[in-house]
Order: sequence, then C-alpha cells, then structure tokens
Amino acid sequence: MNARLTTVRAGALTTVQDAGRRGHAHLGVPRSGALDAPAMRLANRLLGNDPDAAVLETTLTGCAVRPDRAVTVVVGGAPCPVTVDGRPAPWGAPVRVPAGAVLDVGAVSAGVRSYVAFAGGIAAEPVLGSRSTDLLSGLGPEPLRDGHVLALGTPAGRTAPPVAVPWPGPPAELVLPVRPGPRADWFTPAALRTFTSATYRVSPHSNRIGLRTEGPALERASTAELPSEGMVLGAVQVPPDGRPVVFLHDHPTTGGYPVIAVVAEPALAAAAQAAVGTPVRFTPG
Amino acid sequence: MTRNPLLTARPAGRHALLVELPDAERTAAFHAELLRRRAAGTVPPVEEVVPGARTVLLDGVRDPEALARRLAGWEVPAGAADDGTVVDIAVRYDGPDLADVAALWGVAPHEVASLHSCRTYRVAFCGFAPGFGYLTGLPPELHVPRRATPRTRVPAGAVALAGPYSAVYPRSTPGGWQLIGTMPDPGLLWDPARDRAALLAPGTRVRFVAAEGAA
Repeated sequence: MNARLTTVRAGALTTVQDAGRRGHAHLGVPRSGALDAPAMRLANRLLGNDPDAAVLETTLTGCAVRPDRAVTVVVGGAPCPVTVDGRPAPWGAPVRVPAGAVLDVGAVSAGVRSYVAFAGGIAAEPVLGSRSTDLLSGLGPEPLRDGHVLALGTPAGRTAPPVAVPWPGPPAELVLPVRPGPRADWFTPAALRTFTSATYRVSPHSNRIGLRTEGPALERASTAELPSEGMVLGAVQVPPDGRPVVFLHDHPTTGGYPVIAVVAEPALAAAAQAAVGTPVRFTPG
Repeated sequence: MTRNPLLTARPAGRHALLVELPDAERTAAFHAELLRRRAAGTVPPVEEVVPGARTVLLDGVRDPEALARRLAGWEVPAGAADDGTVVDIAVRYDGPDLADVAALWGVAPHEVASLHSCRTYRVAFCGFAPGFGYLTGLPPELHVPRRATPRTRVPAGAVALAGPYSAVYPRSTPGGWQLIGTMPDPGLLWDPARDRAALLAPGTRVRFVAAEGAA
C-alpha cells in the first residue's frame, strides 16, 4: 500500500505539477507543468525519482501535509523553513517524515514557488499524459484544499547519490534574453528600443498564466486587430495597456495581441521565482 | 528552390516558426499540407502544429531557420483542406440572441436555423478553452459582431456566432459571442478520457442539424 497525504494547510495556491502536457496545443490545451522545472527535477533527483515525477508547487506561503506512512521528501525551489512536527528539518535535502507527522513547508524567505517532491511521486490521475494542474483550462487535479487527500506512487527503491546541490537563488533582478518576433514589426522603433532598454517590474497580477510587468507602455505602429494566432511558451505579448506579459506554462494556446519577442525557455525558471516588484530587463539574446 | 510568395515565416523564439498566409483558405490548405507531410515523415519533427486565423505555428522545432528555407519551396495544393472527418451537431435554435442575429441578417428569427444549418463548416483552429473550435464557413454577409457587453456566463452547449466564426461552448464560461442555439449534449465536445479528446479538432468538418422543437 502506498502512502496517502492529507492536506493540513493548503497555502495560498498549491498545485500538482510535472513536466506538463505536450502535443495538444492545437486543441486549446496549455502545456502547464512546473514553472521552475529545474527545481522540480533537482528535488526529484535527490530522491531517486524520475526527474519529471509529479510534485507539489507552492506559492509564497507554502503548505503542510500529513502522510499516513513514513515517506522521504525534498523541499526545494524558493527557500523556506521546513519542519516535521514542529522540529526544524533541512531545506533542499532529503527529509524522512514519519507516519502521521506533519511536514510544514513554510512561507518563502525569497522567491515565489517552493517544490515538494515525495519519494514515488504524487499519483494523481493523469489527464492527457500529465498530472499537472492547469489553472487556465481546469485540467488535472484541483488546487489543494485543506483536508484534500493525495495518493503517492511507489518509491523507485533507488538510492539517490549525494549531490552538492546548486540551487539557484531567486533573482534580485530578472534578466530575460529575448529574440524579436513574430510581431516586432507591429511596434514603433521607439517601442522596440524602450522594450530592451527600460527596467520593468514584476506586477502583483502575475500568475501561472503570465508574468505581468509594470513599466513604460510599448506603442504599436499598427492599430489593426491581430487575428488569433498560436502562442509559444515565453512569448512576450503586449495587451492594449502596452505593458509586456511573459507567457508562462498555463498560457492560452492562441491569442489576439501581438507578440513583440520570445524569452528563451531556460530563463523562465528564474521568472517563476521573481517576486512582485523585482526589476525585469529584456535583453537581446 | 522557388520562393513561395504566399508564405511568410516569422521567427517565434529559438524553437518555433509562425507561418503567415494571406487568407483563411490558404491557411487551411497549408495546415492540411503540413499535416500530410508530417504524417508521411517528410518534414523534420515538430512538437506542436497550432493553426490560427491566418497562421500556423510550428513549435518544438530543432532548427527553425532551416525549416523556414524548406517551407519556402513548398507547393501547397489548394482546396484539399479537410481531414476527412465530418461531425454532425444537433442544435436547438433557441439562443437568447436569435432575434438580434435575425435582425442583423435581415431575416425572420425562424429563418436563422435554416441559414445556419444549411452549410458545412470547418474547424479553422482551437483556443479559448480545450475543445473550443473556431468554425469557418459562414459567408461574409452573415458575419455578425460580438455583443457590445459580454455575458459573465455562457452556458455549456451554447451555439454562438462572432465575426466569421461559429462555435459551441464546451463548458460554461464568460463570453461575448451572439448565442443562437443549444447543443443538447455538450459533454461530447471535450472528453480527455476519450481517444479523440476534442470532438472538434483543426480540420474537422462540421454540420449543424436543427433538432426537433427548434424555436
């Protein structure tokens, strides 16, 4: 019998995430998946899990769960205090949680999203090949609620090699390398210069769908309406208010506002950890 | 290799191309040709092929520049833009905007059903929600604007019009389209447990069948 987790404290927003759904964008299905994918994979590797095993992704305030059997966990991503039945436990390294004990993943001390991996992974029912919660279209498990029970998978039984863990720190400044296009020509030359020279800040309206920014508005050269077109992960869409929005994993698959540039995917992990107010610069690359 | 003047390949990051075409018909033809070549294994691997109104996004491509050069040499046959699937959707023409649409069309409300159900549509692209297909096939004189004020709740199964498109809402969401009818069993539109999760996928042809008891 595998362990089950009871949610003691769901936190502000805690979802199940894995590598997400691929190959269904043409049906309107977002990719979804862990926003800080390297953090998810590292946490899983430290347990001997498949790197893409399903984990919990918390948001700012952490969460607390009680397993009904002893289980080994790793809490990584955004740094935070970790306790087991109130006693301090290490962050970023395997922790044994006895049966019936409460694992508390505290509020982040920096960054935004912590990742809680369990030996064996979370065994929620896959939808289109993924266990990820998709907040845009409502696929996958619902966000955690207090009292919610999740099943765990069978631990692989592999012993993970000890790793000197290079957890990247949350960004003090978020530098996002961008390539122009596909609709850079819909903007004025001045807007294109502003885009890659101004400093923006992470807006409080950011979520798993997009990292919204505050800063100088980007003026369009064309006021035409853009017919709906496919959107890639990392697309920097410019809505009518002129403030760039970086599309994250729950982004809509088609959209009607022009995309001025696309952020290189490896930089999106840092975007997932950029707290509200963090300076953002878009640099050619 | 001849440059295909009908096709503009726009860069979309390190792993994607957005191919733009002059109109919806040629977009459909290019999409169909791309799927044929993909099935035949004669294009490099593409993870996602996402059609839009006048574009096709090719995402998850190893070398977008090389692919763009290859696309420029393609000859795309026109008029073969369907995937062979035809889906019939039963509709009760009882939507709250039926009278408004009839007025925009210059017909009596009871004539909307026959004008809407007498033609074959094609799913041009999906988006907005899983299983939501944008269907083309209405002639320009039957295109209608969105409602000035969107509804906070459009029921699942609502058959709706906006611009050149018809659609059926797979689930209840806010929406600004004109509602002309109801699909009695909207659960058919989207079922991720089914082999074909979306009833309406890009390229699918659709006929609306007026159900008994139509308004």
